[in-house]
Amino acid sequence: MQNPSTYESFNPSSASCFHCGEPCDVAPVDCDDKLFCCTGCKTVYEILSQNGATDYYKLESHPGKKAGSYGWGQKYAFLDNEEIARELTEFSEAGTTKVKFFIPAIHCSACIWLLENLRRINPGVQHSKVNFGKKEVVITFHDREITLRQLVELLVSLNYIPDISLDSLHRDLKRNVNKELYYRLGVAGFCFANIMMFSFPAYLSMDEALEAFLRQNFGFLNILLGIPVAFYSGSPFLVSAWKGLRKRIISIDVPIALGILVLFTRSTCEIATGTGHGFMDSLAGLVFFLLIGRWYQGKTYEALSFERDYRSYFPVAVTVISDNLEEKIIPLRNLKTGMRIMVRNQELVPADSLLAAGAGYIDYSFVTGESAPLAKHPGDRIFAGGRQVGSSIELIIEKEVPQSRLTELWNQDVAGTDKRDRWDPMIDTLGKRFTLVILVISALAGIFWCFRDPSQAITVITSVLIIACPCALALTLPFSFGGVMRLLGRNGFYLKRTAVVEALSGVDTVVLDKTGTITQNDVFDVDLSSLLLSDHDLELLRSLVRHSTHPLSVAVYRAIPPGEIFTVEDFQEIPAMGVQGVIDGHRIRSGSAAFTGSPQPEQIVNARVFVSVDDQAAGFVQIRNRYRPGMRDVMLVLGKRYELHLLSGDNDSELPILQEYFPSPEHLNFGLSPAEKLQYVRNLKTEGRRVLMIGDGLNDAGALRESDCGISIADDVYHFSPACDAILESAKFHRLPDFLDFSRTGIRIVYLSLAFSLLYNLVGISFAVSGKLTPVIAAILMPLSSVTVVGFITLTIWLAGIRRKFSVKS
Amino acid sequence: MSVILVLIAFSIFVAVGFLIAFIWSVRNGQYDDPYGSSVRILFEDDKPRDTTVAETQLPSAGKESQSNQI
Repeated sequence: MQNPSTYESFNPSSASCFHCGEPCDVAPVDCDDKLFCCTGCKTVYEILSQNGATDYYKLESHPGKKAGSYGWGQKYAFLDNEEIARELTEFSEAGTTKVKFFIPAIHCSACIWLLENLRRINPGVQHSKVNFGKKEVVITFHDREITLRQLVELLVSLNYIPDISLDSLHRDLKRNVNKELYYRLGVAGFCFANIMMFSFPAYLSMDEALEAFLRQNFGFLNILLGIPVAFYSGSPFLVSAWKGLRKRIISIDVPIALGILVLFTRSTCEIATGTGHGFMDSLAGLVFFLLIGRWYQGKTYEALSFERDYRSYFPVAVTVISDNLEEKIIPLRNLKTGMRIMVRNQELVPADSLLAAGAGYIDYSFVTGESAPLAKHPGDRIFAGGRQVGSSIELIIEKEVPQSRLTELWNQDVAGTDKRDRWDPMIDTLGKRFTLVILVISALAGIFWCFRDPSQAITVITSVLIIACPCALALTLPFSFGGVMRLLGRNGFYLKRTAVVEALSGVDTVVLDKTGTITQNDVFDVDLSSLLLSDHDLELLRSLVRHSTHPLSVAVYRAIPPGEIFTVEDFQEIPAMGVQGVIDGHRIRSGSAAFTGSPQPEQIVNARVFVSVDDQAAGFVQIRNRYRPGMRDVMLVLGKRYELHLLSGDNDSELPILQEYFPSPEHLNFGLSPAEKLQYVRNLKTEGRRVLMIGDGLNDAGALRESDCGISIADDVYHFSPACDAILESAKFHRLPDFLDFSRTGIRIVYLSLAFSLLYNLVGISFAVSGKLTPVIAAILMPLSSVTVVGFITLTIWLAGIRRKFSVKS
Repeated sequence: MSVILVLIAFSIFVAVGFLIAFIWSVRNGQYDDPYGSSVRILFEDDKPRDTTVAETQLPSAGKESQSNQI
C-alpha cells in the first residue's frame, strides 16, 4: 500500500509541501523522501504513517492544511475539568462518551476518511462520523482509554483543530426545520402525481358512461389526496398569511392562502355535487411548486455562522492562581472580581483587569483596529479582548466578563434594530398591491356577472382567485434571489439570507474599516532601506531569521535577496523580544528596540524589526501591512458609484496613501473607538443614506449591525467573524465591485420575471372573468407559467454570471 | 370496469410505499450530508473491521458506512 512511486504522481512540484501543498521556501523539512514546509506538517505525516493511515494522501493530493510548528502545551488542560467536559459532551454512560466538534479545517474527502478512521490511530475511539456540510464530527469513545482532553489533543496533533468556545457550548437546537420541509414536499409531490393520474378523465374526453363512473370514484380519491396537500403541505402558507393578517400585514402569502382555500373548497363542492371535475390537480401543483421555491430559497451555509457574538471569541476556561500559588482551571462564567489569572502566549484576556506580573505585549488589532501590539507594565490596565503575545502574564480581574468593556460594547445596541423588520420590503409591497388588485378584479367581475347571469357570479369570482394565485410571482423572488446567492457563494461571497441581495443592491454609501479589511493581516511590505548592514551581514541576518516562525521574521526572511546560508549557533527565540544567534562569529539580534539596544522611536508608527550586530545597533526594517491585491482598482470602481468612507481604529500614518481614494478629507477617520464607528454609521443613516459596512474585527461589530448591510471579511470564513449579513473571503476582495453589481442585476432580473409572470396572470384572468376557466386550462397554465418563469430566471442569472466571469459550476 | 379500481388501489399502495420510503430516508438522515455520503461510498476497506460492536451500539450513526464494501 505504501508504494513510494504512487506518491510521485501526487507531488509533481518538488517545492510544494507533501502534506498541505504550500510552497516549501522557508526552512523545509524532509522525511521519507518527502518534502514538508514545516515541522508541523511533518509531524502530522509521521503520526499518520506510523498508524497505517497514509491512504489520507491517496484520496486527495496535499489534503492537509498548513500546520505550523506551534505546540499546544497546557492549552487544552481545561478539558480535564469535569464541569466543562460535561457541557461539551452530548452523552456519557458506562464508559462510552459521545461528543460533537465543529472543525473548520474539514474541506475534502480525505478529511472525512481520516476523521472516520481515528480508531486506527487511537483504539480508544470507537466510532466517528463526519457531517461535511456542517463541518462537524461526532465521536464516540471509551472514556477510560482516552480522555476528552487526549481526544482533542489527538485532533489538534493532526491539525484538525476543533472550535471550542463558549458559544459552541450553547448552539444547535434549531435543526429539523429543514426536514419538515422535505416531508411536506414529499407529500405534495406524491399527491400531485396521483391527482394528475386521477384527473385523466377530465383531461380526455371519454365515453360518457365510463366517465361518470370514473369521475365519481376518482373525484372521491382526489378529495382524499387534496386534504393533506392543502392542510399539511400548504399549512406554512396558511399559517404565515394568518399571522400576517393578525398583525395587519398583507403579505404575498395572503393571495396564496386565499388561492389554496378557494381551490380546495370549490373543487370539493364541485366533486361532491357532481357539477365538475374540480381543480385538485392545480392545487397540488401549486403547493408543490411553492414548496420547491421555499426549499431553493432556504439554502443556507450551514457551516458558516452569521450570528456569532463575543462569546464565541472568548475562551471556555481560564487558569486561576489561588492564594497558595496553585493553578486551577475554572469555567469562564465562574470568574469573579479579584481573582488572579494566568494568560499565556496567544491567549485572550477574558475580562478587564490589572497586570500583576510579567511583560504584557497586548495585540488589540481585532478589538480596536490598532495594528501594532501595545507594551504593558505591571500596574497597567488591560481591557478584555486583547491577545497576549510573548511570555505568560498574571492579571487581577477588575470586572466580571458581563461587565467588561468589550461585552458592554457588544450588548449596548442589540435592542431595537432587528434588520428582519426592515427587510423584505419588495415582497411585502408586492403582496399588498397584488392582493388589492386581485380582490378588486374579482369583485368587479362578480358584479358584472350578477347582472348578466347571476348563477355564474360565484364561479367567476372563485375562478379569478384561483387563476390569479401568484404561483409564478411567488416563485420569482426565491428563485432569483436564491440563484444570485448561490452563484455569489460559489465565488466566495456568502450571504446570510436571500433578502441580503436586495439590501446590497440598494446601498449608496460604502464604509470601510482599514486594518484587516483593506489591508492584509499576514502579508507585509518590507522596507530594508533603514538597515545599516553590509551585504555579508544581510546574509547573516537572513540565516538567523530563517529559523523563526514569527510572522515578522518570515517577512524579513522573504524580503532579503537569497544568498549563502550560514549555520546558526546558540539560536534563541525570546517571546515578545526577538531572536538571536551566533553566525560566522558575530552575535546577531533581531527584534524589538529594547532587545537590540536601539533607540526607541518617538511614537509607534508601524511595526519595526530592529537589528544589532555584535551589540551594535544597525538600524531597523520597516514593516507595513500590505494593502489587499486589487485594492486600488476596487476603490476606484467603488468610488465612481458610491460615496466612500473609511473608519479606522488605527493611527493616521497611512493617510497620504489613502487620500487618493477618499476625495473628501472628512470621510477619512482615524483613531475611532468601536462606539464611535457605530455612531458614525448611525449618523450617515439619519442623513438618509443606505450604508454598506465592510469590516473584519470585533471593533466593527456594532457598525456592521447598525448598517443596512454588513459584510465581514475573513481569511478563513469558517473561523471567527463578527455577526454580519454576509461573509466575504478575503482572497475575493478584488471582486467586490462585481458582487455588488451582480446584486443589482439580480434586482433587474426580478423585475423582468415579475413582468413575465404578470403577463401569464393577465391571460389567466381574462379566461376567468369571461367565465371560461376549465380545469384543463388551469392545469396547463399554472405549471407552464411557473416552469417558464423559473427557467427564465435560471438562464438569465447563469448568463449574467458567465458575463462577469464568475465560476458558475458548483 | 372493476379491474381498474383494483389496479388503482394497487398503484396507490405502491406509491404510498415509496412515500413512506422517502419519509424514512429523510428521518434517517440521508439528506443531512449529501457530499459526505457521496465520497464515503468510494472509500476502500482494506482491513477487516473489528469495531462492529461499536456500530451496533449506536443506532443513530454509521449506517451508511457499512455500505463501504463495494
